[in-house]
Amino acid sequence: MDLMKLLHFGRATFSHGIHPPEYKEPTNNAVIRRLPFAPEMILPLSQHFGKPSLPIVHEGQEVVRGEPIAKADGFMSVPLHAPATGIIKKIGLMSTARGPKTESILLKLYSGASQNVLYDAPQSVDDMAPAEIVKAVQETGMVGLGGASFPTHVKMTVPEGQHVDTVMVNGCECEPYLTTDHRVMLEYAMNLFAGIRIAMKAVGAERAIIGIEDNKPDAIAKLREACSRYDAISVGVMKTKYPQGAEKMMIKALLNREVPSGGFPAAVGVSVYNVATLAQLGALLPHGQGLIERVVTITGPGIEQPGNYLVALGTPLRFVLEQLGFRGNAGELILGGPMMGVSVASLDVPVTKGVSGILVLTEEAIASQIPKKVWPCIKCANCVKACPIHLNPAELGMLAGKRQYETMEKHFHLNDCFECGCCSYVCPAAIPLVQYFRIAKAVNRENREKAA
Amino acid sequence: MAEKAPMIELRTSPHVRRAQSVDQIMRNVVYALLPVCAFSVYQFGISAFALLLIALLACIGTEHLFCRLSDKPTTVGDYSAVISGLLLALTLPPGFPLWMAALAGFVGIALAKVMFGGIGLNVFNPALVGRAFVQAAFPVAITTWTPAFAPGRFTEFIPSTLTLPFTEPVAVTQWVKDLAVDGFTGATPLALQKFGNGALAHVTTSTTDLFMGMTAGSAGETSALLILVCGAYLIFRRMMDWRIPAAMILGTFVTAWGFFLLDPSSYPTPVFMLFSGGLMLGAVFMASDMTASPVTPVGVWIYGLLIGFLTVIIRLFGGLPEGVMYAILFGNAASPLISVVTQPRVYGTSGKKRKADS
Repeated sequence: MDLMKLLHFGRATFSHGIHPPEYKEPTNNAVIRRLPFAPEMILPLSQHFGKPSLPIVHEGQEVVRGEPIAKADGFMSVPLHAPATGIIKKIGLMSTARGPKTESILLKLYSGASQNVLYDAPQSVDDMAPAEIVKAVQETGMVGLGGASFPTHVKMTVPEGQHVDTVMVNGCECEPYLTTDHRVMLEYAMNLFAGIRIAMKAVGAERAIIGIEDNKPDAIAKLREACSRYDAISVGVMKTKYPQGAEKMMIKALLNREVPSGGFPAAVGVSVYNVATLAQLGALLPHGQGLIERVVTITGPGIEQPGNYLVALGTPLRFVLEQLGFRGNAGELILGGPMMGVSVASLDVPVTKGVSGILVLTEEAIASQIPKKVWPCIKCANCVKACPIHLNPAELGMLAGKRQYETMEKHFHLNDCFECGCCSYVCPAAIPLVQYFRIAKAVNRENREKAA
Repeated sequence: MAEKAPMIELRTSPHVRRAQSVDQIMRNVVYALLPVCAFSVYQFGISAFALLLIALLACIGTEHLFCRLSDKPTTVGDYSAVISGLLLALTLPPGFPLWMAALAGFVGIALAKVMFGGIGLNVFNPALVGRAFVQAAFPVAITTWTPAFAPGRFTEFIPSTLTLPFTEPVAVTQWVKDLAVDGFTGATPLALQKFGNGALAHVTTSTTDLFMGMTAGSAGETSALLILVCGAYLIFRRMMDWRIPAAMILGTFVTAWGFFLLDPSSYPTPVFMLFSGGLMLGAVFMASDMTASPVTPVGVWIYGLLIGFLTVIIRLFGGLPEGVMYAILFGNAASPLISVVTQPRVYGTSGKKRKADS
């Protein structure tokens, strides 16, 4: 560990990974601004990992901004709050970024309403027991805002027999284009520290480390200064490299611990949260408020006014493009970053809890990214040297070509792949490696379900 | 603005890629080889130029022909056949008969590349298979060396170059004598070392001359410095794995050093081993052939060290002065197995459960 730090001039990192161009300049100095409310908002009941929320409103019902409109369906679920004051127009199937239409609530905004937020009773974290905090976190509807949308309260529930010593706060933001976390660290630092203390208390951790890549020196300086007021919280400077912000990579880089294959960070005493998640939590939980909006980086060559915007959940992409201006020729619309984001088929899909960025690429911008031709694998081993998990994507790719999906899983650790896309990024033969691996995983999952 | 709603495309992540494609890598390897080719032409004149041209045309022609025969779009555009052609010519003696060079190119591409399925699927380096074939078929021609920097080399072919197909090459002994180059014995430094009455007295070649390429040898085997510079370009452009040449050089040095320590009077110095013959060309441009080398980081070291070790053993104890070619071919043969047994330890696993079938 010490040798590693020495080699990287004090900056923690993991082995392998890639260095894609960052494209953060257009937005990394853009102060967070509020995007206007859309006249109609689409609120899918499944914006998180786990069971969909259950609606507690009916069509035609008037709701106030911040009021719960759906409740959690069990522990692996979170409630949903109204992002604006208005009337429930419809509950039914609507488009989402995931592809198939899902059960959603359509909210029609009252344009004359004051849009004051409805708060619940204030709560003091200092007087709450960990179990009470976990319950309160679930009530906020909070999920991982970095993109995974994993319910935060589930992360905060430490499994029986395990002890979490470190809360790791993810401010790496290793995806190109995105500057959400960067701005949140600069502008919402106090909320962030409130959130970190909530997380520490909930999991019983002795310390917290905020991991930040060294391409954000202003955020490092700001949070370092703020850390001087807290004994247990420190900043860990990390090398700018993709996927530094993957939790497994972060834990390896900052603590030199490895999450066991198929396990969770709690198994090595760590609990990881995105900075945006904790900053929101720090703002919401003390007031008993629900998650109704989030910071989104809206950028790319196809956007006239790129920036970081506070967007009400449920805002349709069409409205975002109308507000900020689309320019250029037809391209690609990506929710999240260019490495792991999802491209959408329709402009009528909403911004959901997990959307950290909206990247609008023009035809010209993607032309160079689409390979002219796919070559056979020349065994250059670029993918082997890029894979942060140390898989052998070349071998996996060849097996995928032969549809030996079970061999991939049994002997070549297919399920350890978290689909960061480094292998596809570096492949000179333009073989869609990670795309093959997704298919392989899906087929294996289907076969298992069939067998069961 | 709503009426200007864009048409959008659906793709799966990652949505960006590094702009480096197979043909770009291959083209850059060709660029890196060009100075080496130019130096060999400067050293040996138009014979070397003709040799490069014929080997090149033979390799490209063979690949194109087989693509046509199998009704596939031609694959010569990926530049890999160009690399094979240039490398083949660079491993041959400058006065090598052109028809033999053409045959070597045909055999190399046909047997070692096309038969295995083309680019990416060859087990052996095609250029070396071509050379191995002519080494077996024409043992005299492949060990007939002519002096570097012969006067008139830009106006006159070495007599053996223009041998008619399927005839014995003209003996060059008289021609070389007529050139009256001081001290030229018709042998490379390696051959002198090996066959020179068992004593090292014959090894008079200075290391500097070896390094700069001022000696006899194959067309492109001689200037270690130039080859290293060209290799550095590829490493800098991230188009070559530096570990392979490093491992091969290390393997050669350590093995040769061991023998030298045992008996300095009968074994050459490790430095001589490094800079003589085709070692640098082999280490930088041939062992590093991506397709025929292992893919794992540890495997690459084993592969390079193995080739270095085999090279020294063949050089010191074999019936041939040069061992680089066979050593690399053996390394190629071992590389799939090396890859399999050196699978990297996957994050979060002990690495013990790794199984190596398929």
